[in-house]
Amino acid sequence: MANAHVHPETQEERLIEEHGYDDHFHEHHHGDKFQSNFLTTYIFSQDHKIIARQFLITGMIWAIIGGLMSLVFRLQLGFPDESLAWLKPVLGKWITVSEAGVGTLSQEFYYALVTMHGTIIVFFVLTAGLSGTFSNLLIPLQVGARDMASPFLNMLSYWFFFLASVVMFASLFLSTGPFAGGWTAYPPLSALPQASDGSGTGMTLWIISLVFFVVSVLLGGINYITTVLNLRTKGMSMWRMPLTIWAFFVTAILGLLSFPVLASGFFLLMFDRGLGTSFYLSEIFIGGQALDHVGGSPILYQHLFWFLGHPEVYIIILPAMGIVSEVLSVHARKAIFGYKAMVYSILAIGFLSFIVWAHHMFMSGVNPFISNFFVIFTLIIAVPSAVKVFNWITTLYKGNIRFTAASLFAIGFVSMFISGGLTGIFLGNSAIDIQMHDTYFVVAHFHIVMGVAAFFGMFAGVYHWFPKMFGRFMNETLGKIHFWITMVGAYAIFWPMHYLGMAGVPRRYYRFDTFETFRHFAEMNKFITVAAVIVFAAQLLLVINFFYSIWKGKKMTNPNPWGASTLEWTTPINVGHGNWTGKIPAVQRWPYDYGKDGREFIPQIEPLKDGESDGGH
Amino acid sequence: MTSNASVAKTNTRNKIHPHKFALWAACAGIVMMFASLTSAYLVRQAAGNWLEFRLPEIFFASTAAIVASSLTLHGSYLAFMRGNAGLYRGLMVATVILGLTFLVLQYEGWQALVDIGVPLKTNPSGDFIYVISGLHAAHVLGGIGVLTVALLHAFMLEYKVTANRKVRFELTLTYWHFVDALWVYLLVFFILSA
Repeated sequence: MANAHVHPETQEERLIEEHGYDDHFHEHHHGDKFQSNFLTTYIFSQDHKIIARQFLITGMIWAIIGGLMSLVFRLQLGFPDESLAWLKPVLGKWITVSEAGVGTLSQEFYYALVTMHGTIIVFFVLTAGLSGTFSNLLIPLQVGARDMASPFLNMLSYWFFFLASVVMFASLFLSTGPFAGGWTAYPPLSALPQASDGSGTGMTLWIISLVFFVVSVLLGGINYITTVLNLRTKGMSMWRMPLTIWAFFVTAILGLLSFPVLASGFFLLMFDRGLGTSFYLSEIFIGGQALDHVGGSPILYQHLFWFLGHPEVYIIILPAMGIVSEVLSVHARKAIFGYKAMVYSILAIGFLSFIVWAHHMFMSGVNPFISNFFVIFTLIIAVPSAVKVFNWITTLYKGNIRFTAASLFAIGFVSMFISGGLTGIFLGNSAIDIQMHDTYFVVAHFHIVMGVAAFFGMFAGVYHWFPKMFGRFMNETLGKIHFWITMVGAYAIFWPMHYLGMAGVPRRYYRFDTFETFRHFAEMNKFITVAAVIVFAAQLLLVINFFYSIWKGKKMTNPNPWGASTLEWTTPINVGHGNWTGKIPAVQRWPYDYGKDGREFIPQIEPLKDGESDGGH
Repeated sequence: MTSNASVAKTNTRNKIHPHKFALWAACAGIVMMFASLTSAYLVRQAAGNWLEFRLPEIFFASTAAIVASSLTLHGSYLAFMRGNAGLYRGLMVATVILGLTFLVLQYEGWQALVDIGVPLKTNPSGDFIYVISGLHAAHVLGGIGVLTVALLHAFMLEYKVTANRKVRFELTLTYWHFVDALWVYLLVFFILSA
């Protein structure tokens, strides 16, 4: 593969040889030097494509763990009187079996499950597993670079994530249990080791794990930003970048500017925990004993946390939006509608995400006049979001849609984003929030708009780029079954929760049958639990399909199976380190020339014909 | 590492080296970290129960040390570029010494805080100084690590201005100026907000 003189065989290779940019990459053999044995090729790899796969598979393992946790607490909520004794072999002492043989879930561990489910899915699956995977895979391939700006730091980024994973995983097996104070880790539960079982060693490991995670995000993000700005190939102007790249780029900026703030918040938390300072801790009694903490402000932590926390939800959803834009356009065989509006709306969402954080704190005692400011900016986010939804729908309109598993999930994303986005308008109002806050309405809202929607974006990306990652296809039929069960099932889980929330059912409660007010929701809770079990089972189809197809899937014969115009499909089927065997392709046009001049698609590397316009790109 | 440097460089037709840009991006992240801490300081201060005290003067001495170290490192860089190998090495040694002096003086500053009756846990006003200056010192310590590598290069490698060494020196220089400017900001902040 280190052959600088390729004999062009296909039209694409000919175009790259003719117009491409010769960086003399293969004369130096850099790509191969560091891929010489198994360890450097598959474990400590510096190739962005391997690192992407590492992020994806680690994310999948975490998704299974996080998903299983939700099943355990859903069983508790749906069937509070049923025996959970059969879980004893797995959960051990967290299940108490009575003399009659009825197993009950420990209340403490219920909170640990809820906390870990949130932490794992938000950070490890939808941040690392989503933007870690696809930023790594697609940024160098789609901007036309050999690799990231610093492949070494990129490798470190994965291994810091791995370290964070190991520490968090270890915390699951502590005798005092993992942290149990909610994924937001508000003080005092997070600041006082004696506050609850999980607040001791469990919280210490939680915070160590997340500090490693922040390092991972920053190392990755710095690389993504630098690569996008500095390593674009000849002709790849910013306005010719695919929307995936725009989304990953803005995501990385959000991460770079918000994760350090979380680190600051954690830093003060560590001082409160370990050294007895009072940044967050006010006059407080535990077991009748007054502690010597005076004058701290728990609200300060909430400000620091949500200054990350709100951009974080866009760190999760923007990559999904980018993937969906690309997948919809390719599979509708139409140019994305309103490309520039899409870019501006990504930028607007990115900017607004920094000035809305206090809408998570309307009921925390924030000044109501300040709340007004946050209400207005929160509602303004509906504008760029609506622009994006409009453009996705108009992209589909009169398209020649191929209903593949990838495009189905992309369409499903749009549906989820609309449903979940609309309830955001309810919650963004501080007055309505008085009724809705901390209820299942909030749970329904964010699970649909950033949980399920982001997963859909991720699934669309996995089905679409699987051939690029492994040189084989996933099974389409299994993929479609996976889609339909997930689509219907996800609504079945989360739609009813809106009603629970409007009736005031609070989130994070251990059981509801003990409250007269909520008893009539027992059947609904059963329904939700059954739906959750079915949806989880459907995800196993994806896991089986994924791993089976890596080794046994249908082999790729055409390097550009979807007929896409972006650069990643101009690389050979089995891509080595360095991505292109000869020159780097030069870009001649924007990435969405579909159905132009009677042709199905025109690759980005094909020069403009005489008199042909590139629409201002 | 060296081969990766070339992966980035051979691909570049840019005005700024990708590694330099990455360093600036990293600095932006660090700025956010300290901006949030100083914001937290102001928010907490406005909430009352805030102990007022004079910042120990030793912090001015440490400031002088780190500002001087920035100047010596810049001098060392200019000497490196102009071919004055002796001056380049000498000023590099001076920079490392001044950098270490800064850290020692910061430690003395924390001791001085204890002496005037503001040890840790007295009041958040003092605790913030420990946390913020401590976190800054950690970043300076990282800078000392980088400077040590630069020092080893200065004395163990044959003196030669290559593109690679120039970039590496400029990265060191940028980071060191950055932690210097960051401290000056923090000192001014502590004085003005007290």
